[in-house]
Amino acid sequence: MDAHASTVLGTLALALASGRIRVVDLTQTLTPEFPQIALPPEMGQCWPFRIEEVSHYDDRGPGWYWNNFSCGEHTGTHFDAPIHWISGRDLPNNSVDTIPAQHFVAPACVIDCSQQAKQDPDYLLTVPDIEAWEARHGRIPAGSWVLMRTDWSQRTDPEAYQNFDETGQHTPGPSSEAVQFLVEQRDVLGFGTEAIGTDAGQGFHLRPPYPCHYFMHGAGKYGLQCLTNLDQLPPTGAVLICPPLKIQKGSGSPLRVLALVEDRA
Amino acid sequence: MTMPLMKPKRKNPVLRTRQMNLPPWSRGRVALGMTAAAAEGRFELQVCQACRTVQYPPREACHRCLSPKLTWTAQTGEGTLLADTRLHHSNDLFFRERLPWRLGMVHLDAGPTVIVHMHDEIGAPPQRVHVGARLDRAGQAVLIGFPVDGSEHMTDDRMLREMTSDPKFRKVLVTDGKTAVGQAIVKALVKAGADIVWVGHAEPWKKLPGLEDITTLKEVTLVPLDLTNERSVSELAGEIGGKVDIVVNNAELHRAFGIGGRRGTDVARAEMDINYFGLLRLAQGFGPALKGRSADGVTHAAAWVNLLSIYALANFPPHGTFSASKAAALSLSQCLRAEMRPAGIRVVNVFPGPIDDEWSQNLPPPKVAPAAIASAIVSALKQGIEDVYPGEIAQEWLERWRDNPKVLERELAAGGGQ
Repeated sequence: MDAHASTVLGTLALALASGRIRVVDLTQTLTPEFPQIALPPEMGQCWPFRIEEVSHYDDRGPGWYWNNFSCGEHTGTHFDAPIHWISGRDLPNNSVDTIPAQHFVAPACVIDCSQQAKQDPDYLLTVPDIEAWEARHGRIPAGSWVLMRTDWSQRTDPEAYQNFDETGQHTPGPSSEAVQFLVEQRDVLGFGTEAIGTDAGQGFHLRPPYPCHYFMHGAGKYGLQCLTNLDQLPPTGAVLICPPLKIQKGSGSPLRVLALVEDRA
Repeated sequence: MTMPLMKPKRKNPVLRTRQMNLPPWSRGRVALGMTAAAAEGRFELQVCQACRTVQYPPREACHRCLSPKLTWTAQTGEGTLLADTRLHHSNDLFFRERLPWRLGMVHLDAGPTVIVHMHDEIGAPPQRVHVGARLDRAGQAVLIGFPVDGSEHMTDDRMLREMTSDPKFRKVLVTDGKTAVGQAIVKALVKAGADIVWVGHAEPWKKLPGLEDITTLKEVTLVPLDLTNERSVSELAGEIGGKVDIVVNNAELHRAFGIGGRRGTDVARAEMDINYFGLLRLAQGFGPALKGRSADGVTHAAAWVNLLSIYALANFPPHGTFSASKAAALSLSQCLRAEMRPAGIRVVNVFPGPIDDEWSQNLPPPKVAPAAIASAIVSALKQGIEDVYPGEIAQEWLERWRDNPKVLERELAAGGGQ
C-alpha cells in the first residue's frame, strides 16, 4: 500500500489528485460591476471593488502588468467576523486576525430554499424548514456552517441581484427564530448566504433588526455572503475552506471560499 | 433670413476626418481683458477714467490723453455698419477652410470703429447693427456684428455656429441622470434640439425618482457610467466616445461636512473620487476622441461642460470637504481647458450657488432650481460662454470674491455665506 495513503491527509491528497474529491469554488469574481451593500447615503459606505492599472507592458512598466485595487472589508464574497456587529464587539478572538485558524476549515450543511426564494424574494428560512431538513439529512453537527441555498447568485444582472424597490431591498435570508435556533440549539460555526448579506433584504424590519448579524456575531459565530455555486454542494458532507485575509482588527474580508466535495459514486 | 440648419447627413466613413486649424489666437496681455469679459458673455472695451474715451483696440494707455487709468466697461454694442466685404481667399487655414467669410466695419455709437465678423442677416451698409463679443474657436475674443432684429433661426448662421456650441443636432453625454439637476439638463438639451442624449446611470440597482421622466424621451439612452470606476469610463468612451459632441459632466457627490463634523476621510475621499478624480477619468477617456472630431462637419465635437460650485472659489466651511473637491475640480478643468484649446473644444465651467436639492436642505433660500442650472448651461453653449454663475448667491459671491477674496474668506469663516 502506498505510504501516502496511510494518513488521513495522504488519503485526501490522493482523492484530490484522482478527482474523487472535487474542489468547488463558491466565490463571486471581484469586479467593479458587482454591487456592494447599499446603506442610506448619509451613512458611511462600504467601498465597491475598484481596480486601476499600474502598468500594462507599457511606458509605466515595460515588462510587467499589475493593478492596484481597493474595496471594503465587506465587498464581494466575504467573511463576517463577530466584531462586525455591536453584539459581538467584546468577545475574545472576534476579529479576522485573531479567529482560530482551525475554524477556517469546517463542514457545511446546505439547506435548499431555492424553490421558496423563487416564489418569494423576501423568503425567510424558518425553524420548521431546518427541522424538515434534519429529518432527511440528520441533525446539524455543532461547529458546522449552515448555508442557505437560494440560487440567488444566478441573478447575474446587478439590478436583479440587489432587487430594490421603493421599500428597500428584497432578498431572502433567515428568520430571527431560525437564527436563534441555529445558535442556541445547534451551536453552528456560522451562516452563509448567496445574497448581499447574511440577513434578508428586509432584515432591518425584523426583531431585532438584522437578527442573523445580531445573534450569530453576538455568540461569536461567523457569516459568509455573496456565495455562489451552492447548487453544486450536497446537503451534507462538503468541507469549506474559507480563511479571510489577516487584517489587523478586521471586521471581515473578501476571500476565496472553496468547498471540498466527495464524489460518492 | 437665416435658413434653418438641416440635420446633416451621416458622415462618409471613407473620407479623412477634417482636422482643426485654429483661427489666429495670439493676443497681447492687455487684449486678453476683452477675452475675459467675453468668456462670461459680456462685451467690454477700455474706458479712460481721465477723459472718458472708449478705445479699441485695447492699449496700455488712452490713445487720446495717455492716461493709464483704463477700466474695462460693458458696452451696449450699438453702432452703424460703414462697410462690408466677403472674403473669397485667405492664407489663414481656419478661414480658408470656411470661405466665403463676411467681414464688416462698424462705427460704434460709443466712439471706436471696429472690424467685426458679420452675421449674414445684416443688409448692405449703411445699416444699424449690434456688436457683441464672442469667443472664437481659439478661445479668444472676437467681435461679431449682429442684425438689430434677428430672425427665428439666426443662431443657425454659419459664422455664429463657429463661435458657439449649440446643442442643436449634436450628440451629448450627460454623466449622471439620477439627480434632479441631471434630469433637468437632459430635458433642456432635448428641448434645444440635441440629436442624442446619452445619460450616465451608475449603480442601476439604486432606484431614484425622476428617471422615467427622461427615459421616455426618444432622444435619451441610458448608459452605464460610474465615474469612480476607470473601466466603466474607458468602456463607455470606447463605445460612444467617437460620437459624442458635447460632454456635460454633472456627476457630483455632495455632503455637508467640514473637518470636525465627520471623523475620518471616507466622505471627503468619496467627494474627491467623483468630483475630482471622476473628471480626470472622464477627461482621459473622452478627451482624445472629442479633440479628434473638433472640425468634423457642422455638428463637430464642440464643448465640455463641468458642473462645479461657487464653493470652488472660496471654501464654505459647513460644506468644507465638498468645497475643497470642487476647488480641485476647478483647477483640473483649467488644465483641461488648456489641453482642449488646440482642438478648439470649449470648456464651460458652471459655478452654481446652493442648489435646491436634498444636500442643501438646511440652507435657506435663495437656492438655484435644477431647471435654472439646466437653462444656464444650454444658454452658455448657445452663446459660447465659458464661465457661468447661475443663481443670486453665486452672483453675489463672485462679486465679493472679485472685490476681495480675503474679505470673503473671513466673512465665510464667520458664517456670512448666505
